[in-house]
Amino acid sequence: MSCATSDLEVQEEEEEEGGGGDHEERAHLEEGGGGGGSFQTQPLRHDDLKEMLDSNKDSLKLEAMKRIVAMIARGKNASDLFPAVVKNVACKNIEVKKLVYVYLVRYAEEQQDLALLSISTFQRGLKDPNQLIRASALRVLSSIRVTIIVPIMMLAIKEAASDMSPYVRKTAAHAIPKLYSLDPEQKDQLIEVIEKLLADKTTLVAGSVVMAFEEVCPERIDLIHKNYRKLCNLLIDVEEWGQVVIINMLTRYARTQFLNPNINESLLEEGSGGDKTFYGSDEDEDEDEEEKEKNAEAPAMAKRKPYVMDPDHRLLLRNTKPLLQSRNAAVVMAVAQLYFHLAPKAEVGVIAKALVRLLRSHSEVQYVVLQNVATMTIKRRGMFEPYLKSFYIRSTDPTQIKVLKLEVLTNLANETNISTILREFQTYIKSMDKDFVAATIQAIGRCATNIGEVRDTCLNGLVQLLSNRDELVVAESVVVIKKLLQMQPEKHSDIIKHMAKLTDNIQVPMARASILWLIGEYCEHVPKIAPDVLRKMAKSFTNEEDIVKLQIINLAAKLYLTNSKQTKLLTQYVLNLAKYDQNYDIRDRARFIRQLIVPTEKSGALSKYAKKLFLALKPAPVLESPFKDRDHFQLGSLSHLLNAKAGGYQELPDWPEAAPDPSVRNVEVKDSVFTLLERVTTLTSVPEWTKCSSREKRKEKKVEKPFYSDSEGESGPTESADSESDSASGSESGSGSEESGSGSESVESEEGSESEEEEEDEEEKNKKKKKKELKKPVQESESEQSSEEEERKPERKSKQRKSDSESESDEEESESESSQSESEDSESEAEIKKKKKAAESKPPTKPVKKENKKEKKEMSLLDLDDFEPAPSPQVTPVNTFLSNSLVTDLEGLSLSDTVLSPATIAPSSALKNYELLHRITGEGLSVEYCFSRQPFSPDANMVAVQMQFTNNATSDTKNLHMEDVKLQSGMRVKEFPEIELLPAGETAAAVMGIDFCDSTQAANFQLCTHTKKFFVSIQPPVGELMRPIFLTENEFKKEQGQLMGMNEITEKLTLDAKCRNEHAIVQRVTTAANLSRVPCGSDKECSPPVPPPDHPIHRFAGRTVTSSSLVLVTVATKEEGAAQLTVNCEKMLIGTMLVKDILLALTQ
Amino acid sequence: MIHSLFLINHSGDIFLEKHWKSVISRSVCDYFFEAREKAVDPENVPPVLQTPHHYLISIYRGKLFFLSVIQTEVAPLFVIEFLHRVADTIQDYFGECSEGIIKDNIVTVYELLEEMLDNGFPLATESNVLKEMIRPPTILRSVVNTLTGSSNVGDTLPTGQLSNVPWRRAGVKYTNNEAYFDVIEEIDAILDKSGTTVFAEIQGVIEACVRLTGMPDLTLSFMNPRLLDDVSFHPCVRFKRWESERVLSFIPPDGNFTLMNYHVSSQNLVAIPVYVKQSISFFETGPCGRLDITIGPKQTMGKTVENMMVTIHMPKAVLNANLTATQGTYTYDLTTKVLVWDIGKLNPQKLPNLRGSLSTQLAISGNPRYIMTLKLSQLMLVDCLKVSRLDMYGEKYKPFKGVKYLTKAGKFQVRT
Repeated sequence: MSCATSDLEVQEEEEEEGGGGDHEERAHLEEGGGGGGSFQTQPLRHDDLKEMLDSNKDSLKLEAMKRIVAMIARGKNASDLFPAVVKNVACKNIEVKKLVYVYLVRYAEEQQDLALLSISTFQRGLKDPNQLIRASALRVLSSIRVTIIVPIMMLAIKEAASDMSPYVRKTAAHAIPKLYSLDPEQKDQLIEVIEKLLADKTTLVAGSVVMAFEEVCPERIDLIHKNYRKLCNLLIDVEEWGQVVIINMLTRYARTQFLNPNINESLLEEGSGGDKTFYGSDEDEDEDEEEKEKNAEAPAMAKRKPYVMDPDHRLLLRNTKPLLQSRNAAVVMAVAQLYFHLAPKAEVGVIAKALVRLLRSHSEVQYVVLQNVATMTIKRRGMFEPYLKSFYIRSTDPTQIKVLKLEVLTNLANETNISTILREFQTYIKSMDKDFVAATIQAIGRCATNIGEVRDTCLNGLVQLLSNRDELVVAESVVVIKKLLQMQPEKHSDIIKHMAKLTDNIQVPMARASILWLIGEYCEHVPKIAPDVLRKMAKSFTNEEDIVKLQIINLAAKLYLTNSKQTKLLTQYVLNLAKYDQNYDIRDRARFIRQLIVPTEKSGALSKYAKKLFLALKPAPVLESPFKDRDHFQLGSLSHLLNAKAGGYQELPDWPEAAPDPSVRNVEVKDSVFTLLERVTTLTSVPEWTKCSSREKRKEKKVEKPFYSDSEGESGPTESADSESDSASGSESGSGSEESGSGSESVESEEGSESEEEEEDEEEKNKKKKKKELKKPVQESESEQSSEEEERKPERKSKQRKSDSESESDEEESESESSQSESEDSESEAEIKKKKKAAESKPPTKPVKKENKKEKKEMSLLDLDDFEPAPSPQVTPVNTFLSNSLVTDLEGLSLSDTVLSPATIAPSSALKNYELLHRITGEGLSVEYCFSRQPFSPDANMVAVQMQFTNNATSDTKNLHMEDVKLQSGMRVKEFPEIELLPAGETAAAVMGIDFCDSTQAANFQLCTHTKKFFVSIQPPVGELMRPIFLTENEFKKEQGQLMGMNEITEKLTLDAKCRNEHAIVQRVTTAANLSRVPCGSDKECSPPVPPPDHPIHRFAGRTVTSSSLVLVTVATKEEGAAQLTVNCEKMLIGTMLVKDILLALTQ
Repeated sequence: MIHSLFLINHSGDIFLEKHWKSVISRSVCDYFFEAREKAVDPENVPPVLQTPHHYLISIYRGKLFFLSVIQTEVAPLFVIEFLHRVADTIQDYFGECSEGIIKDNIVTVYELLEEMLDNGFPLATESNVLKEMIRPPTILRSVVNTLTGSSNVGDTLPTGQLSNVPWRRAGVKYTNNEAYFDVIEEIDAILDKSGTTVFAEIQGVIEACVRLTGMPDLTLSFMNPRLLDDVSFHPCVRFKRWESERVLSFIPPDGNFTLMNYHVSSQNLVAIPVYVKQSISFFETGPCGRLDITIGPKQTMGKTVENMMVTIHMPKAVLNANLTATQGTYTYDLTTKVLVWDIGKLNPQKLPNLRGSLSTQLAISGNPRYIMTLKLSQLMLVDCLKVSRLDMYGEKYKPFKGVKYLTKAGKFQVRT
């Protein structure tokens, strides 16, 4: 025995060394030796490994560990080496250590007591200064499935969740599901950690924590609210696997939080029956995709009940769309399913192209994608119709792919393309692949049932197939023909006759059974042949398959009822044969039929109805796609693929009837918006500062931030301590101010100025009296001011005083001061209540720590974020924008103060007209346009363009409208309403809206009349891409301070001789750009001792229309017409162009 | 998510297993073997199988099955895509993805798998990051390793995971800085019996080989970006920049990678560079048939067609082929029933022809299917994407740049 085992030994050793070698044999030997035999070989062999592990040489240890890991990889048992291996857990050599970790993770569960020996090493590792060691210690520790260490793991996870390093936090997120699966009772504590990690702002963590969320507490959708926007915005930078998980989760989230964007459509569908939608969908979706996007809004608006999409819903759709371009098929599929489940019908089309692209990928990918496409084609056929040819089958496709493609082609078939599809099918029938041919014949049958026009063609084709050499083809055809004939049997008795002949040749049971059923069912149509067939069948009855026998009995019974004279004996013969059949089904059937049809004394009442029973009219079978109604499973999911609910599948909820409160998502957003905006700028302007990549920068910032927030004190500005010492409400206000809405913003500034004013000299005060009075009622009406707010007032005043006393030069100090006061002021806003709620739900420590410069910048950006999604449908386009807010009130006042009448609001008289279509090229029609500088009511993000049509021709022009809009991506256009008739010599006006996406790209489109089309384009001057906002001087300065560096562009210039007075400068700047003047009265307020300056500084403020980025313009005049122009704008491109334009305006 | 992975070879042996959660017995693979047997062709094994307690998701690559075991709901494409990524990584590391290679490097592969997934969720899948943690073997290193006893595990901890650009490692240095781009366009086409085009489209890919020092920021612009209908990018490409300016702006990964895949919009009809005249007939009466194929160039605009090859899958009943080729050589594999005619360069003066008789069994069913592969060097299609310039920012040296164009047949097939 020992001799034999040592032989074995040698052989195995050799193999170990050789790496490859003959595996099977060895595996065999070892498995066989599970019992007695190998009991001796194992220790023997492992002894030398143990020796190597015990040696001092790292190289020997390493060699031993490699062999052990190789054993594990091959699935062999190496558990008895545990004690020897675990000793090396603290080994200095990193390679050995790694392999030991690998071993531990695999076997710790089996050797729990010994595994505990290693725990202390990991605990030490958790404290290591190197983040990677911390991470790997946590990774291994959490992978050891030993219940005793659950508390240790819990502690480690909690600690790691607040680690400085995002990588360690990511590992913590990974550890959460591990611990959860080990001990589900920890759920509550783990949810806390998840909640904390969800608030993390790094892309590294986002994917992992959402994965943990999905595994531990997918039902706690409320945890997502606050992080929703952040997740949307970070999405594009998350690694691809995380993207998939996040998108899937957000799909579910959106289904619970938003309204069905197709609600109007579905109402329509219900109202007007199936046929209507059938055509309707075709019309909608046949259009080119680009057009679809543009039109997206239009049909929705035209509907009776206007559906307004939640901006957050839009945000999700917008931010996921670029991911359709991912190289990762899973990401593309995830986005596709998101669009399918969440997007308005007209927008779903964008996913088709990406999905078709995936069809070039590996066959497994094709398999999954085609399954999903098959489901989609049932609901939205039009989407894939343009790609019909992409689903053509190649002979090299695997059969399962072919069958799926057939399915898709069948679903796509309609009256227009059926002939092409049928021609395709004809070539498929010649394929060598029999399963595929069978599937093709089935598909032809389905096309024939679905599309009445081609039913006869299909039937004829199928009948031709009956003479095919291949029996399988014939058999399948018979089965399909049978189904088709059931629809209109009377027309086709010749086909039935033809098929009756086939019974001699066809051996495939299913086909024989089908023929017999047909003959029996329609025996009146073939009265002569039917008895003969029965005769033949009776002869061969005993040799038939069971299903055929059953049909013979059926045929016999039916013939007996209709033609008993000829078939009575035959029937009895058949029934007798069946009586002694081996199969009990057949015996049962025979007995049952005999009782029914053969009248005896005992036969009950039923036999009277035998004829009715057997010869009842059978409804034609409905040939349905197996993918019908599969879309109640979330597309792209395993459950959808299997058409069965998989374990852990999260049901896709139905749309809510009414939208839940959208404000729950409001709380958060700090730097996510910031990064987004930053990204937009960086991406469009990379060439200017290529030194460092935009992505790099972004990442850097993200990494930095948690670092700051963790390290208390030192790095933060001094004020942080100040605000900390404030009451809790003080810190709340910090977060509250971060999201002051558009309306509230102005109130806030007002408040701020009021408190300042109180400190001012008498004359100033007198002036302001009026203002105050005017303000009071407003305040009262809106006042939900808490008493605590009152209490804080004196405090604020004192602070204000402090800031006043401080010199202007101390920029940073005063800046942060004012921001602080501002944040406190914001408490008094109309929205106070909402904000309080939000602020309270926040952990109170957070905002305190966030007091550094960067955060402040974000605050300001936040304002605009909130500003944007409040496009409450304005009723009248003109002036609502201003009168809605309190800006007008205030502005009116400041105007009266400073006697600078038309400057603050853009003077409408100064509008410049541009020519869109010249009288000659337009053949009589001339069109001019101007940027009316009024808010465009249907969409706040659009620039209103006022068009003036003049018909100089002698004849009338009709149906003036626009078509074929060609835009850069992201841009949108709201077309002007069609002008039915423009009589000769008349003039008409219309307003259209264009969202230029803050770029000066031209919008190209065709202007169509009833006879002609003209290509025209509208290109905006950069100054029209913004809208005026009101800022006080302090605010202006604060904002300007945050837009330094590359966001600031300065030019020196010499003013035009005619343009040296204040009025002219203001006039020219506001003509060049749609900005509003910052009242310079406040200039004096700030620094009362200084006499009115000789060389005034003019400030103008605005925001870009689409992204609401601040645009700040300063014109500082100097001696002799010299001046300095400064533009601060995050969008550097806009800034640069604006400088040029203003420069031009001021110097000419 | 992914519970376990089994690597199974062509003959059904499990030669590697890796478990990320608790251990699952190999016996779970029996369900797979059952399906494998039923499917006849390995390609036809359903990628997703359901067993009483698990779900099996598998891919077939390089004559190997990568079989993963799943316990709960997960997006199937997620798993499939990941398994392909594993295969890609192995290929990237060892040059090929085959049973022998994996067995030879079983420890490295096992470690790779350990790094790629944590608790069944992908952790590090970027080849640049992985290579820093586990160094790929080179000949030199394997010699050194056997002498010194060290292995391929990196002795410094990786920084890639944490670097600002996760797909690129820090501190790359080259003496020759070079960036090569191959623009490869493939014609996918189906021609019918008479030679008319049923369906044709052009798919392109830009393969890059970038060896540049430091953190270069590249911008690749095209002469005719309007041609691009649908694109997909490596994650390094900035989406927004593409959307607004139609240029590819990216910090490249180090080494070889696929920068972009695209689809050329087929407003213009795709010009098929060759034509095929073919007739195959099987006589009803006797056990033989005839075959006659001629191939000629068409619309090549002066470019030569190279590496022309015709593959014909014959029906099972064709026993042998007795043919003569005027150019090139042909082989007929009796077991797989595949006839391969390797023509080589296409000569427009003397058109290559293959004709002769086929001996068959009596019953003939189905038609043979043709697949053609061909290659055209240089740009030749009207619709070819052309690179206009490559700019580098962020580094001071001048790199060597090169672009190569290639048009070849993709899924090119002639029906009979």
